[in-house]
Amino acid sequence: MIRPGHLRKVGVSGRGLVVALPYLWLLLFFVVPFVIVLKISFSDIDLAIPPYKPLIEWIGKNSLAIKVNFNNYAFLFTDPLYIHAFLNSIKVAFISTLLCLIIGYPMAYGIARSTASTRNVLLLLVVLPFWTSLLLRVYAWIGLLKANGVINNVLIWFGVIHEPLTMLYTPFAMYVGIVYSYLPFLILPLYANLEKMDWQLLEAAEDLGCRPWQAFYKITLPLSRNGILAGSMLVFIPAVGEFVIPALLGGPNALMIGRVLWDEFFSNRAWPVASAVAILLLILLVPFMMWYQSVQARESAGAR
Amino acid sequence: MNYRRTYFILSCLAFGFAFLYLPILSMVVFSFNASKLVTVWDAAHSPTLKWYYALLSNEEILDAAWISLKVAVINASGAVILGTLAGFGLARFTQFRGRFTLNAMTTAPLVMPEVITGLSLLLLFVALEQSIGWPAGRGITTMTIAHMTFSMAYVTVVVQSRMATFDSALEEAAMDLGARPLKVFFVITLPIIFPAVLSGWLLAFTLSWDDLVISSFTSGPGSSTLPMVVFSKVRLGVSPEINVLATITISVVTMMIVGVSIWMSRAAKIEKAG
Repeated sequence: MIRPGHLRKVGVSGRGLVVALPYLWLLLFFVVPFVIVLKISFSDIDLAIPPYKPLIEWIGKNSLAIKVNFNNYAFLFTDPLYIHAFLNSIKVAFISTLLCLIIGYPMAYGIARSTASTRNVLLLLVVLPFWTSLLLRVYAWIGLLKANGVINNVLIWFGVIHEPLTMLYTPFAMYVGIVYSYLPFLILPLYANLEKMDWQLLEAAEDLGCRPWQAFYKITLPLSRNGILAGSMLVFIPAVGEFVIPALLGGPNALMIGRVLWDEFFSNRAWPVASAVAILLLILLVPFMMWYQSVQARESAGAR
Repeated sequence: MNYRRTYFILSCLAFGFAFLYLPILSMVVFSFNASKLVTVWDAAHSPTLKWYYALLSNEEILDAAWISLKVAVINASGAVILGTLAGFGLARFTQFRGRFTLNAMTTAPLVMPEVITGLSLLLLFVALEQSIGWPAGRGITTMTIAHMTFSMAYVTVVVQSRMATFDSALEEAAMDLGARPLKVFFVITLPIIFPAVLSGWLLAFTLSWDDLVISSFTSGPGSSTLPMVVFSKVRLGVSPEINVLATITISVVTMMIVGVSIWMSRAAKIEKAG
């Protein structure tokens, strides 16, 4: 770290300029938009462009009318479709996160315990799919899962099944798609955590008579807690609001809240309802985001 | 290490990587398939390059790719400037007013569901247009601003973590020798963190190039990006041309990533040796 004497040399004005630009950018394009979403979630739907009525209006001379309308929220709580979509999104995101952990933890562990050169290659292999378009990778599963797709053809070829299985446009396909797309997000923070692990602790435990599984359960697992949490948040939070994967693999009955928001906005042009959905989704996710940030802060503090 | 456990971990790794790569591999293989059914191998006429020719003469896809390319390049360049400033500031200035807010604002876009970011930015653009007349309508400008907002967060993380691992004594020495802060940044800091800045640029480019949801919210008529065109095609089912597009994307990305990581590991070795 730079000592105070040097900080003073940098000069307050110079420092201010460095952070002011990204700060103002994010304030204008990331924070202010949420205020507008909140505002529009309280306005009336209107058949106009844009399709909502103003919240604050000058009526006559010197009088300002503010009309706050809770109908959009009331609507979301009375129609079971929305509640169902919210609950289903949480369920799908939670199960997908668990599945990612089950598949990703041994992988992250295996990579962390490889030799340095193998480790770099394996890490590259984990990162590579992340750099190729999500849309194209989800699309690949359509080709694999559909009735005359690769998996069915292979199974029929080997005589395992005689009729093609219905896999595409089912919840199964959606889980496969989400786990597949988000797996790298779980492996990377978990690997970063496991990489710092002192493996001698495990050897000590085994020398003292611990079975390998016991040692894992008592030492590795608790020590990698922050990595598990960070990785799980990186999967869970975006998965709750996921749109592309349920839209392409889940079929018409896959009710996910991200998809509901999309349809309200694009198909029904109900911008205020879409905004209310966004606000509720945000209220649901903000605690998890804050949790994620505190875990991250702990992780980087531990690294120093 | 226990032999049986190694065996277990190895099979997990093998299964995991097969899971990650078989879908990608299947797209590559079927891009050479002659059959329009895509996943039914037409042994008589395959392998063929006919879908490659079809893709390269598809005006709709080429136009969309051109728009995506423009947005991605402008976005990556802008996001690198904003993200490097933010990452540098967060790593070097440990105490300033608004540090907590800046930290939160650069972490939140990483996990924010895209539908929320897309909707909120669109509503901002509409509100701005109503009140100050800018941006007039939606299109490449609004899309680029939207992309910069979420991709700069990724650049910040990459730059910040690079800053955390390098010794600030070099900067201090330069300052003690009388170099001005701006000069120190360009002569000392920037060359050292350059690999991170470059990966930040590539990351921002890719995020923008691949983005569907935020683009759909913030684009206007006549500015459909490549993912938007692909999405509308894919919704109708599999299409051989998309396999070709995927194969081309994968080849370019693989070459790029492998090239950059070889270059970076070489740079790291030189840094260690020097």
